[in-house]
Amino acid sequence: MELAVRCQNLQKRYGDVVAVDGLSFEVRRGECYGLLGPNGAGKTTTIEILEGLLAPDGGDVEVLGRRWKTDEQELRQRLGVQLQETQFTDKLTVEETIRLFRSFYHRGKTIDELLGLVELEGKRGSWVVKLSGGQKQRLSIACALAGDPDLLFLDEPTTGLDPQSRRQLWNVLTRFRESGGTVLLTTHYMDEAQTLCDRVAIVDHGHVIAEDTPKALIASLGAPKVVVHEGTLEDVFMSLTGRHLREA
Amino acid sequence: MSTGAHRGTHPPLIELMLARLREFVREPEALFWMFLFPIVLSVAMAIAFPSGAGQAVRVGVIAGPHTDALRKTLAGSKDIVVRELSPDDQMRALRNGDVHVIVTGGNPPTYRFDPTREESKLAQLVVDDVLKRAAGRTEPWQAHEDLIQVPGSRYVDWLIPGIISLGIMNNGLWSIGFMTVQARLRKLLKRLAASPMQKRDFLMAPIIARLAFLGPEVAVPLVFGWFAFSMPIRGGIVSIAIVSIVGALMWGAVGMLMGSRARTFEAASGLMNLISVPMWVLSGVFFSSSNFPDVVQPFIQALPLTALIDAMRGVILEGSTLVSIWHELAIMAAWTVVPFAVALKIFRWR
Repeated sequence: MELAVRCQNLQKRYGDVVAVDGLSFEVRRGECYGLLGPNGAGKTTTIEILEGLLAPDGGDVEVLGRRWKTDEQELRQRLGVQLQETQFTDKLTVEETIRLFRSFYHRGKTIDELLGLVELEGKRGSWVVKLSGGQKQRLSIACALAGDPDLLFLDEPTTGLDPQSRRQLWNVLTRFRESGGTVLLTTHYMDEAQTLCDRVAIVDHGHVIAEDTPKALIASLGAPKVVVHEGTLEDVFMSLTGRHLREA
Repeated sequence: MSTGAHRGTHPPLIELMLARLREFVREPEALFWMFLFPIVLSVAMAIAFPSGAGQAVRVGVIAGPHTDALRKTLAGSKDIVVRELSPDDQMRALRNGDVHVIVTGGNPPTYRFDPTREESKLAQLVVDDVLKRAAGRTEPWQAHEDLIQVPGSRYVDWLIPGIISLGIMNNGLWSIGFMTVQARLRKLLKRLAASPMQKRDFLMAPIIARLAFLGPEVAVPLVFGWFAFSMPIRGGIVSIAIVSIVGALMWGAVGMLMGSRARTFEAASGLMNLISVPMWVLSGVFFSSSNFPDVVQPFIQALPLTALIDAMRGVILEGSTLVSIWHELAIMAAWTVVPFAVALKIFRWR
C-alpha cells in the first residue's frame, strides 16, 4: 500500500533537551493516524518536522513520496496544516480569511464549499475576534482544507474545546476522510484517538512505545484485574508507563 | 468538487494587500493618528510661526515697587513682552524659555541671560537698545529698513517638507514593523509559512498596501502649508508623488527589516528608535544638517531620511525635476532594495 508519511529514526534536540529520540512510523494513504501522548512527548516537534517547518537533526522523512529538500513547493500545495495556537487576524471576517488562504493554492474548493464543509456559512461575515473557540478551530480547518489536500496534519485540534464543539470538528474530519483524505493528528485525548483514528502510535519521551489499532492496543492489556469499565487507551498508556496520560 | 483555474480569489499578492488594508481601516485608532498627526503638527506650526510680524522678545522683570519705571519703559516697545517674576522664579523661567532675558534695575541695569541661546542674545540687544534710548541716547542716524519676506525661504516653508518626510518615515517604520511582530506573536507567520504562499508576496504586500494612504498623508500638510502660510509648491504634482512613493516604499522596506526578527514589540521598538531617532537630528528635519562638521557629511548624506528630505524640499520648494534629484532617488532605491532583500533572507517565520 502506498504511504502518505514515512518517517524513520527521527531525531531532534533543543540544546540539551532531546525532543524526538529515534521516532519511526508510517501512515498509509486514506487512513487516520494518531500520535497519542502526554505534553512534552515530542508530538508537536514530530509533526512540525513532517510539515517542513522544522529541520530534523537526524533521520529520514518522506511525505506523499516526496522530500522537503527537493519538492517543497509541490508538497505545500498538497498538504493541509492546522497548527496549535494560530491566531488569525482579529478584524478580518471568516470569509476573508478563507479567501486569503484559498488564494495560495492552484486547485481546491470554492469559498462557499469550504464554508459549508466546516459549517460556518452563518458566520461568513463575522470578524474572527467574535468567534467561539470551536468556530475558530473550524476556521483553521477550513484554511487547512483550502487547497483540497491529499494529507491533513492536525496538531491537537480539539484541545480546550467543549464537548459539542469537539463533536462538530470530528464531523468535519469524518467528511474529509470519506472523500479519500489522509489525516495525521496529535492528541492527548484518548477518546479522540479511539473515535477518529484507524491506528495510533503512543509516544513518550520522543519515541513510539506502542503502535496498533485502538482496539488491538486495548485488547493487549489482557484481562483486567477488576473490571470496572471497558478498557481505554488511557489504560494502555498507564500499563506501559505507569503514569496517567493527562498527568504525565 | 471544483478544481482548476476557478480559484474565486484574487492573486495571493492582492489578497494579502487587501487583508492588510482591511485590517488597517478596521483599526479606527490607527487611522485617527495617521491623519491627525500631520494636522496637529501643521496647526502647531501655524501657532509657532504666525505669518506677518516677527515674534516679540520676552523679558523678565523681578517684582517690586522700584521696578515700575523699568517695566513701563520696556512695555512701551512693541517688540517686548514683559513678564513679572518673583525672585524665586527667575532661574526657572530663564531655563524653560518663559523669558529670554531678565533685567534687574539700577543704573546701569543688569541683564541675566544664557549667551548660547540665540533668542536670548537677540532679546538682550533689543532690551539694551530700548533702555539706552530711554536714558537719552541720541541716534547718529535712522537707517531705512527694507523689509522683505519671500515665501519659500522662510523657516516654515523649509520645515513642512521635512515634516512630511518624517511622517512617511514614522508611518512606514512603525506600522509595518509592528504588524510583522504582531503576526509573529500570534503564530500567524508560522501558519503562513506552512502554506504555499510565496514569502516574497507576504513581505511586499504591506509595503505596497501602505501607498493607499500616502495621498492624504502627504497632501494634508502640503495643502495646509499652502493655505495657511502661502507656502509655494513649485514642483509638479507628479514629481512630488513619485518622491513620496519612493520614500514610502523605502521606509516600508526598512520597517520590514526592523520587524524581520523581533519576537516582541519592545525589541522592535528599540530597533526602530535606534535607527530613526538619530535621523530626526542628523537628517535636517528641524535644523539644517549643514550644522554638522564636514567629516560626517558623507555619512549624513547617505542616510535614507536625508535623501528623502532633500528630494522632498527640492521638488516642493525649488521645483526640481526628477532628473536633477537622481542622486537622492538612487540612494532611496538602494535603501529599498537592500533592506528588502536582507529582510527576506533573515525573516523569522516562527
